[in-house]
Amino acid sequence: MAGGEGPARDDRADGRLTRLRARDRGDRRSGEPEVPVPGQSPPTAMLDVRDLRIHFPTMDGLVKAVDGVSFTLDRGRTLGIVGESGSGKSVTSLGILGLYHSGNAQISGKIYLDGEDVVAAPQARVRELRGSKMAMIFQDPLSSLHPYYTIGNQIAEAYLIHNKVSKKAARAHAVELLERVGIPQAASRVDDYPHQFSGGMRQRAMIAMALSCDPELLIADEPTTALDVTVQAQILDLISDLQQEYDSAVIMITHDLGVVAELADDVLVMYAGRTAEYGSSEDIFAHPGHPYTWGLLGSMPRLDRTRLDRLLSIRGTPPSLINVPEGCPFHPRCDYAARTNGRSENEVPALRQVGPGHLVACHLSTDEQRRIWAERAKVAS
Amino acid sequence: MTGVREGPQDASVTAEPGRPRGNGTPAGDSLLTVTGLTKHFPVMRGIIFRRAVGQVRAVDDVSFSVAPGESLGVVGESGCGKTTTARMIVRLVEPTAGRIVFDGHDITHIRQGAMRPLRREIQMIFQDPYSSLNPRHTVGSIVGAPFRLQKVKTERGIKRSVQELLELVGLNPEHYNRYPYEFSGGQRQRIGIARTLALRPKLIVADEPVSALDVSIQAQVINLLEDLQNELGLTYVIIAHDLSVIRHVCDRVAVMYLGNLVELAGRDDLYARPRHPYTVALLSAVPSPEPVGRTADGHRERRERIRLTGDVPSPLNPPPACRFHTRCWKAQDICKTEPPPLVERAPGHLAACHFPENT
Repeated sequence: MAGGEGPARDDRADGRLTRLRARDRGDRRSGEPEVPVPGQSPPTAMLDVRDLRIHFPTMDGLVKAVDGVSFTLDRGRTLGIVGESGSGKSVTSLGILGLYHSGNAQISGKIYLDGEDVVAAPQARVRELRGSKMAMIFQDPLSSLHPYYTIGNQIAEAYLIHNKVSKKAARAHAVELLERVGIPQAASRVDDYPHQFSGGMRQRAMIAMALSCDPELLIADEPTTALDVTVQAQILDLISDLQQEYDSAVIMITHDLGVVAELADDVLVMYAGRTAEYGSSEDIFAHPGHPYTWGLLGSMPRLDRTRLDRLLSIRGTPPSLINVPEGCPFHPRCDYAARTNGRSENEVPALRQVGPGHLVACHLSTDEQRRIWAERAKVAS
Repeated sequence: MTGVREGPQDASVTAEPGRPRGNGTPAGDSLLTVTGLTKHFPVMRGIIFRRAVGQVRAVDDVSFSVAPGESLGVVGESGCGKTTTARMIVRLVEPTAGRIVFDGHDITHIRQGAMRPLRREIQMIFQDPYSSLNPRHTVGSIVGAPFRLQKVKTERGIKRSVQELLELVGLNPEHYNRYPYEFSGGQRQRIGIARTLALRPKLIVADEPVSALDVSIQAQVINLLEDLQNELGLTYVIIAHDLSVIRHVCDRVAVMYLGNLVELAGRDDLYARPRHPYTVALLSAVPSPEPVGRTADGHRERRERIRLTGDVPSPLNPPPACRFHTRCWKAQDICKTEPPPLVERAPGHLAACHFPENT
């Protein structure tokens, strides 16, 4: 393992301790089965993120953009990360790509990619990994593509850097990729500039670029938000097909629960930089346990259900990450905080197992969660 | 100008008890009638000798009407002309052809000065709450601007009225002196809505009012728009690309494709029995928050859906006859030669297609 067990920085050790303590408290109170501590055991999954914290010191205070997030992901599987703007989902993905090494971000925790810790790895090594082993599809293809270079040039670039090939071979590879992502007349369109492509085609080109080195981990950050709904359906199908073909792991970051349901095997719901709920797609959509997840599901007008007179919205606004509320970060917006005898206001809820592989960070007891969700589901249908 | 109401304070509550809810054509007289509305933007070339080399046919022959107290949704993908239609209704864009009649007045080519008094009655909610509020003005001056511009005297002063408006949209009236940057996206959209409501308009044209907002905030604003409509008897024309949002807030829905109106129907009928293939495809493309499983061999299951191929063609050179024929799975020869007329396929349900669905 390359540099995996570097000397722990102080803040990292502190983070671990508080986390363990919080876990102890949670267990004693609830008597639920303990979550396996993702600490010492060697990573088995392809991607294993443990207690990731990414903080940014600013003039106004410390922005805790990601504050203790853990998850695992295997080849061929898709993880959906959902949350509102400012919940830390994009920062998590950029952290995995190792893009916060320079600058003033404070990162702690572990990101094992095939057993190798990206957080502790030297910059040069992360550069090698980025593009070849992990790649990213960005939200807005127009601003992520360089307007002065041809599409083919931009796709070939990463391939040239990571492989010892001729420019001609790289270009041929770019044409092949464009064909693969469904660009008609790829051989001539490879010399087009981004402005000559439509929105959907640009996103296809972005995907081709991400795939150029056959990455094992593909991170898609809101890949369809800027697209029309019929084009969105095409792109989602494409990502799903390519995943099957390349057997890569995909992290799908989105605020659209519909997109998540379409693609994800597992879902991580983030709120204020922390995990609110983590489980299989089935867990999150069929019997979610966190009031925030309930709120997100209730906020969506749905075409497949009878029309409600009112949406079950969440009140208030997401908190500032400089001043995250004490206790459960969601408690000021939570309709059920009053049922926890003040624990929501004072105590950070530990991530607790409520079912196999289904974790919820909420003070409500599992029975209570089930009861409330059943009531809400009845109202909604 | 005749026909303008006296002040902003009276006639504030005109909610119609029997306003149509999700069915059929507008009941009784319409507040807004649009006939044959067309907008072609010329494409210019040359620096000194500028000449038109083509035209973007943004909106072509669009007709509909909106009854008082009703909300009409206009949906379509980008480039379908929905925003241009909205801007023509509020007279921010000069129509190339067609007629816009609002409350008995033909406002199609009305001059700025003559339009001004009518502006009290037609207001607009903009998409982006960040760029539609002046960052150097306080909330008080932003929301109070309509009173000053229209020289409207309020009973207890502008400040008091503004504070009432802020309260109406769910903001703290004490935030009167704050600046837009101190508010979140959802709160800014509420400020924009408060400004829109200041003069108690009859018609509100909302261009993508929630698309820039987070899901939870989106739901709050949707609920607010509905509450305001019930409370103040407002009439909405809501432009959106999100079909589920439109279904939630609108009574009737118009579907546009490449500048043409392809379907117009009551909400329930449109979502239950869409007639135009484009509407069918749009509805089936919306991802549903119901997880799809994996088959025994580990392959992800696919939802049954109609998959449109390709992109929307350019409005610079739209396909002839039925503009949807290039992407339509039912297209026949006639679709390439004969433009389908917008005809009534069921009571109150218009569709422009030679081979409609669900008949």
